[in-house]
Amino acid sequence: MSGKLNLDPAKVARARELARRAGEPVTKLAQTHTTVSIERAVLRLAGLDGADAEGMPWVNRLTDAVRDAVGLEYGVALPAWDAMLAGGYPDLRTLAGQAADGRVKFRIPVAGEAVEARELAVRSVQKGVDTIDAQRALRSRLIAATADPPPPWIYLIVATGDIYEDIPQAQAAAREGADVIAVIRSTGQSLLDYVPEGATREGYAGTYATRENFRLMRAALDETSRELGRYVRLTNYASGLCMPEIATLAGLERLDMMLNDCMYGIIFRDINPVRTFIDQRFSRQVHARAGIVINTGEDNYLTTADAVDAAHTVVVSQLLNEYFGLEAGLATWQLGLGHAFEINPAVPDSFLLELAHAQLVRELFPGAPLKYMPPTKHMTGNVFAGYLLDAFFNLCGLMTDQSILLVGMMTEGIHTPFLSDRDLALENVRYVRSAAGRLGLSFQPDSFVAGRAHQVLDEALALLDRIGAEGLLRAIADGTFGVTRRPPDGGRGLDGVIERADGYFNPVADLLGELRGTDPMAEVLGGDAE
Amino acid sequence: MTMADIVRPYGDTTGDGRVQVSFTLPVPGVSASDRALAEGAALQLAGKMGLSPAMVVHTKPIGPDFTFFIVYGRASHLVDLSAVVVPEREFDVLSPAEVNLRIRTALGRKLVVVGATIGTDAHTVGIDAILNVKGHAGEKGLEYYREIRVVNLGAQVPIEDLVARAWQEHADAVLVSQVVTQRDAHLSNARELAAAFSAAAESGMPSRRPLLVVGGPRFDPASAAGLGVDKVFGRGTTPAEVASYLVHALTPVGAS
Repeated sequence: MSGKLNLDPAKVARARELARRAGEPVTKLAQTHTTVSIERAVLRLAGLDGADAEGMPWVNRLTDAVRDAVGLEYGVALPAWDAMLAGGYPDLRTLAGQAADGRVKFRIPVAGEAVEARELAVRSVQKGVDTIDAQRALRSRLIAATADPPPPWIYLIVATGDIYEDIPQAQAAAREGADVIAVIRSTGQSLLDYVPEGATREGYAGTYATRENFRLMRAALDETSRELGRYVRLTNYASGLCMPEIATLAGLERLDMMLNDCMYGIIFRDINPVRTFIDQRFSRQVHARAGIVINTGEDNYLTTADAVDAAHTVVVSQLLNEYFGLEAGLATWQLGLGHAFEINPAVPDSFLLELAHAQLVRELFPGAPLKYMPPTKHMTGNVFAGYLLDAFFNLCGLMTDQSILLVGMMTEGIHTPFLSDRDLALENVRYVRSAAGRLGLSFQPDSFVAGRAHQVLDEALALLDRIGAEGLLRAIADGTFGVTRRPPDGGRGLDGVIERADGYFNPVADLLGELRGTDPMAEVLGGDAE
Repeated sequence: MTMADIVRPYGDTTGDGRVQVSFTLPVPGVSASDRALAEGAALQLAGKMGLSPAMVVHTKPIGPDFTFFIVYGRASHLVDLSAVVVPEREFDVLSPAEVNLRIRTALGRKLVVVGATIGTDAHTVGIDAILNVKGHAGEKGLEYYREIRVVNLGAQVPIEDLVARAWQEHADAVLVSQVVTQRDAHLSNARELAAAFSAAAESGMPSRRPLLVVGGPRFDPASAAGLGVDKVFGRGTTPAEVASYLVHALTPVGAS
């Protein structure tokens, strides 16, 4: 590995090896457990959509009915498709309705009946997987028919709460230069244990992630992509208690990138750690299949912890996200590892420190589409100073060749962006890009910048050593990430975790490459495999 | 009111009244004729805002339907300093050592603070800035104070859980942060909080009601009475201010 920082390849390889060792016990946990949301995602792939009169999705009703009757230790598929065969129901929706009324007797089938139920289940979910494959192929065709914008991709957020307001704002942002549109979710959705249905017009500081909202926005951006002659990507959030289902809906509706972090829900939403680690694995298997680029959330650590003191925790989390992502079948080009420009601008040499951190991450993950987040913590309400800070963020991102640039707003922390805030922010990016876009080519880190990068890598190695010794779950409980303590039995959603029985069956697992059997880390550990 | 009480904005000369505003109008500004109409509209608005004379210094179409303006003008309004009402801070800001001493001498035990964000608000940044050791703006949070016991319940705590926990912990004060303000959720949540604690007190919860303190960037510090809480903190509040208020309200001087 070469590069501007002359990182020691042995240290880098050791960091990856330590991350793998820290992650493996957690992967085993995910391989031996399931969650209610994973089981509901199976039903969604089989085409079960819609909700009852109270707005509770049928996938929840059916999964709950199966759980009450025979538990979920064998998965939802065996008893559900056994009941389909035994009851002669025309479709899952009918079965779910009858089950919700208590009119279906579920059992765990054995022998020939189990074989039949399994075969029917696999055939049923195959349709969903085929749709995901077709959407992935369609994305490729649309990109070929328009154009793939050059990096860095300009990433802008809309967040009105009303999907019909979001659409014109997203289209306007794309016309102004956005390559990626993220629809921020309604605050609180991460803690809902169901996915709302239909087009929604009311949300808090964001818009609900629903299948219909995904479909409407993707269709609108397809129209804008054709108009502009470049493919505009759409992003949402596969996080929270319904991470596996939202990942599935994203694949079915051709979202292009998804926020998806192995630990974000634990640290910042107080979701149970075990639940999160199991859910993130399934959701990443779906993203791998769907060709979706994930965005990880390391930037968030720096909003609660100090961006200088905690720089190495970002690197550790990125290495963990890389291990978990590759293990779940994602390719390196799908790992949008996150980090942020959050050092207090009053710190002397703060820009040089930012350069060191950003360049370190770039060189540690040369093939990953890194996502770089703008300052938020030190945006004080002085919009003029904030505009300057955002320009320095843009400069740092361009100099260190970041792949996805989230555009900073000078009114960050004051209000959700005005139309003009977004326009001014894009003007800022355009200026820095046209004035200094090639500065990275001639940028040579001096000893201060390189020394700082080496120091952060050393601190990351020391932390990985400690995590290896005490275990990842214990480290999270100790407040290692984001200065927040999260015990393994705390947080929300633990009651939705089920240990798999010996005969556990998930018809999606094989389709998603559960049995791949290749070494997921070979690609990055192999050195020049790129 | 005397002449000394009257001021105007200061650009570069006393009394010039010069201010800068920026805004967007939903009118097209791409063609020359549209732009002329748009700038006229901007000047009309500036005039109605009390800027006279006003000058549009920057016009920028945003897409086909909107135009952004930066306007400089002379504010025709006068500011009467004698008529300004400032919610008076009824307490001195103390150092952590002073706060600890006050608690020790007046209470003889730790002061218990239960903190949370309520409703659908998932933003813990405000409550964490006040409570976490890490603190905010270079000041340590309340967890750092030896004589304060902090129970931080985190985000999206149901109000009934907060009430129950506050009594269980014998809380002296309950701190609630609200960042999300869509549809004035922060105000309705604060009122619900106050109502829930009143209802609990009437239903015979064993000890007195804890001090209710709410805070967030969009709160008006003068709105405590209207919301039914004891104290409201707005944007820029520091942990030391909160700690100082708590000892002021809970440990009256001379009470030891």
